[in-house]
Amino acid sequence: MTCDLCDEKASVFLTQIVDGQMQKVNLCETCAQAKGVTDPTGFALADLLLGVGEEDEKKDDLELGGDDTSVSAPSIAAETADLDESITCQSCGFTHAQFKKAGRLGCSKCYQIFGSGLDSLLKAMHKGTHHIGKVPSRHQAVVEQRDELENLRMQLEDAVTREAFEDAASLRDQILKLEAEMAQLHSEQRTNPPANITS
Amino acid sequence: MRQGTSHGDIVVTSRIRLARNLVDHAFPGWGRKQENEATLRVIQSTVESLPQLENAFSRHLNKLTAIQKQALVERHMISREHAARAAGSAAVMNQAQSISIMINEEDHLRMQSIQPGLALRESYRILNEIDTDLEQSLEFAFDKQLGFLTACPTNLGTGLRASAMLHLPALMLSDQVNQVIQAVNKIGLAVRGLYGEGTEALGNLFQVSNQTTLGDRELEIIARLQKVIEQIVNHEKNARQKLLSDNTTTLCDQVGRAFALLRHAHVMPSKEALNLISMLRLGVDLKFFPSEFVVALESLLMEIQPAHLQIRADRKLPTQERDEMRSQIIRDRLKTLPKPNISNALQSLDQGSTHPTEE
Repeated sequence: MTCDLCDEKASVFLTQIVDGQMQKVNLCETCAQAKGVTDPTGFALADLLLGVGEEDEKKDDLELGGDDTSVSAPSIAAETADLDESITCQSCGFTHAQFKKAGRLGCSKCYQIFGSGLDSLLKAMHKGTHHIGKVPSRHQAVVEQRDELENLRMQLEDAVTREAFEDAASLRDQILKLEAEMAQLHSEQRTNPPANITS
Repeated sequence: MRQGTSHGDIVVTSRIRLARNLVDHAFPGWGRKQENEATLRVIQSTVESLPQLENAFSRHLNKLTAIQKQALVERHMISREHAARAAGSAAVMNQAQSISIMINEEDHLRMQSIQPGLALRESYRILNEIDTDLEQSLEFAFDKQLGFLTACPTNLGTGLRASAMLHLPALMLSDQVNQVIQAVNKIGLAVRGLYGEGTEALGNLFQVSNQTTLGDRELEIIARLQKVIEQIVNHEKNARQKLLSDNTTTLCDQVGRAFALLRHAHVMPSKEALNLISMLRLGVDLKFFPSEFVVALESLLMEIQPAHLQIRADRKLPTQERDEMRSQIIRDRLKTLPKPNISNALQSLDQGSTHPTEE
């Protein structure tokens, strides 16, 4: 096979599938490098290919030693390809490009920034995309309140649809009361900071 | 050193691991040196004050030699990744070495609880208490949707890795291990050989663990793993009976060779030792040898590991010397081991000779 750009022997073979159309490109080492094809951070094409292949392999391998499977960086690149590359976590300075490269995040706040792009990755990786297990006690009250609030709002919507305006009024009052409680709890938690918050 | 009590001739140990991180601190892989050291200070004092970790062994990793860290890896107290770290990371473990907490590994906290035999629920109970105690003084990064937040998305949610170490010599000898592995993979669990490079599983030891951590409750993950392990244990038991009845010669040959080499060799490489000890262990389980040798075999597996040997010798040893020292220890430990008693083993054929595993 010869390189599509010059006539040297090709050693880098790329296949790109965009909107159902398949494109194949053969490049030699030199042209590949010139086109930035060997740059890991910018190379979504090979990442895509590698990501698909590696995932299947890992299932059959008897992996040895080591504690955990760490998700392959290429598959993250594939799944988050449409996320804006310039996004940076305000808290720690971690960028999307670094996430693609390392397969890991910089701090817990990163999840708020990169979270939206993770959905398909999580679907592929886990049993579900919503946590139903243990909740730390600090959060327990808040989680219960949020669930209750959502529940009341749904009931309110339903009451309005049914034109049961007395029920709706009562529900609205409950919602207001709960929102006030939540604001109270929130400000309480802020004035009793735990060991690790230094500010 | 912790002596394993042997319920589980097939399930060697059960392990529960939880991953936790603090809010407002960068994850260890991204944090700069000072940040990691600051995080370490906050966490270490809290961990050391836990009642479960009274008189704990607690060290910064840069205060341990490479061999000492390797020995901790061999004892499953820290991971290989953790052993590669130095300043800004620490390891804390209780005297019994049943609880160990890695500070600033991939996550700020990786805590684990290990118990002999099949004891996943008990291990979880112990670790869950520690987790709840810690969260009173440390604010863990948690999201309502994603659960506990971890450096790598593979650990999100429960942050739980439940695993058990299984000894599967009969399934290996009868070439059924790959089938079992593929079946287990289909359920979403992972199987790994415990030692060595490449695809060989040394010592016929396998680790079975959950792959997913998000979308299930902790006890559901554990129940699913438990069920699968019980099935694998049954397969192994059946394979052992079959070997005894249909492949007696092969079995006697394997056990006999293990006996001869371990009792008489003067140079014993690590790989070979693991495989031969596995056969000897099978021999004990099938009553070729008296059951009192289980303890010796279990502690041998640890004593012959490379870092353990070098600590014992109090110096670095090249491979040849380690192989000689290893064979010496083995010969000493097994000098009262009698020849394999084949008729004794065959007698137990109809009774289902292996001990039942308990929870």
